[in-house]
Amino acid sequence: MSDVKKVLFGPILANNPIALQILGICSALAVTSSMKVSLVMAIALTLVTAFSSFFIAIIRSHIPNSIRIIVQMIIIASLVIVVDQVLKAFAYEISKQLSVFVGLIITNCIVMGRAEAFAMKNGPIMSFVDGIGNGLGYSAMLIVVAFFRELLGAGKLFGVEIFATVQNGGWYQPNGLMLLPPSAFFVIGLVIWALRSYKKEQIEEPEFKIAANSRSQEAL
Amino acid sequence: MEHLISLFVKAVFVENMALAFFLGMCTFLALSKKVETAIGLGIAVVVVLAITVPLNNLLYQNLLVDGALEWAGLPGVDLSFLGLLSYIGVIAAVVQILEMTLDKYMPALYNALGVFLPLITVNCAIMGASLFMVERDYNFSESLVYGVGAGVGWALAIAALAGIREKLKYSDVPAGLRGLGITFITVGLMSLGFMSFSGVQL
Repeated sequence: MSDVKKVLFGPILANNPIALQILGICSALAVTSSMKVSLVMAIALTLVTAFSSFFIAIIRSHIPNSIRIIVQMIIIASLVIVVDQVLKAFAYEISKQLSVFVGLIITNCIVMGRAEAFAMKNGPIMSFVDGIGNGLGYSAMLIVVAFFRELLGAGKLFGVEIFATVQNGGWYQPNGLMLLPPSAFFVIGLVIWALRSYKKEQIEEPEFKIAANSRSQEAL
Repeated sequence: MEHLISLFVKAVFVENMALAFFLGMCTFLALSKKVETAIGLGIAVVVVLAITVPLNNLLYQNLLVDGALEWAGLPGVDLSFLGLLSYIGVIAAVVQILEMTLDKYMPALYNALGVFLPLITVNCAIMGASLFMVERDYNFSESLVYGVGAGVGWALAIAALAGIREKLKYSDVPAGLRGLGITFITVGLMSLGFMSFSGVQL
């Protein structure tokens, strides 16, 4: 049981796919300007990762090694088509806002990465749990970033006003920068900083050590 | 002609794949530690984009779009839902063929690009360019220009980031920000810089 727990909750803080494994960053940045869109994206990605890991794990011993990437791609692409069609049918507005990013789940490194690193070596149930876990790690990051961007950028959460903005006669002057692309990088960078200050073992070793109190002569 | 040039400039600067749409971020962040590697990868991306975007355009216009199968006696068939699957198939196949051709005829170039080619299949910039091409309904020549432009823009961005990171490794960065964190902040600043192009109307 503890195994399942570790596989399920490990990716959220200890081994976050975005903050530590550098996977799946593209979409994490582009869709986070509002909570609603990020939530839909997070659910879609979690489902695709879980089910693709599940199916790949079922047929893992039948896939010839040389064409495994293509086989994985086809399974993932079929699942993404299902998600895309469902979104178009039931949530057309949101699917317009997500535009190409639903399709880009196919090339999202989290899905491929987990298929390659976990599902090819483990049973279907564990792979499914691993997929859900990594999806949750991704979702957690997405929602944290979207929370700050929407709250500070528009004074709203899920489209509901939290801070009364100046335009509506309130006090909060919305920070338009938070809705623009670059702010996503800053927010993720700062979240990584916070995460690594809490989990010290994730700090990277410096490539080049600066000696304390050295003069330029001594440093050479 | 003028229209195509402005499309090219727009694809390189205003709608930069990496800094305005965040595509291809995984490889962008993971492989930008050295300028040499970054340039090699950048060239590979330009080549693959220049081939796959027009190819996917042909595929989309002649087979997938609503009513495209009229020549086969199937006027009411709309296969556009198969788009995602076909584009990724084309990309994977082109990358594979390119790898084999280069290995056979241009070993020097193959050795330079070799390690990066397989990575390109899962680079979202490649897939993203094809999807944007469909969404914006480009014709064949537009999609060729757009493919090259998007590739050049991406290559430019990764080479610039690698240049910054080579210098950055000698600076004293706070422990928690070291590595990935500071790279994100740097890319954010670069993206701010590229936003200054967004007012340019062509």
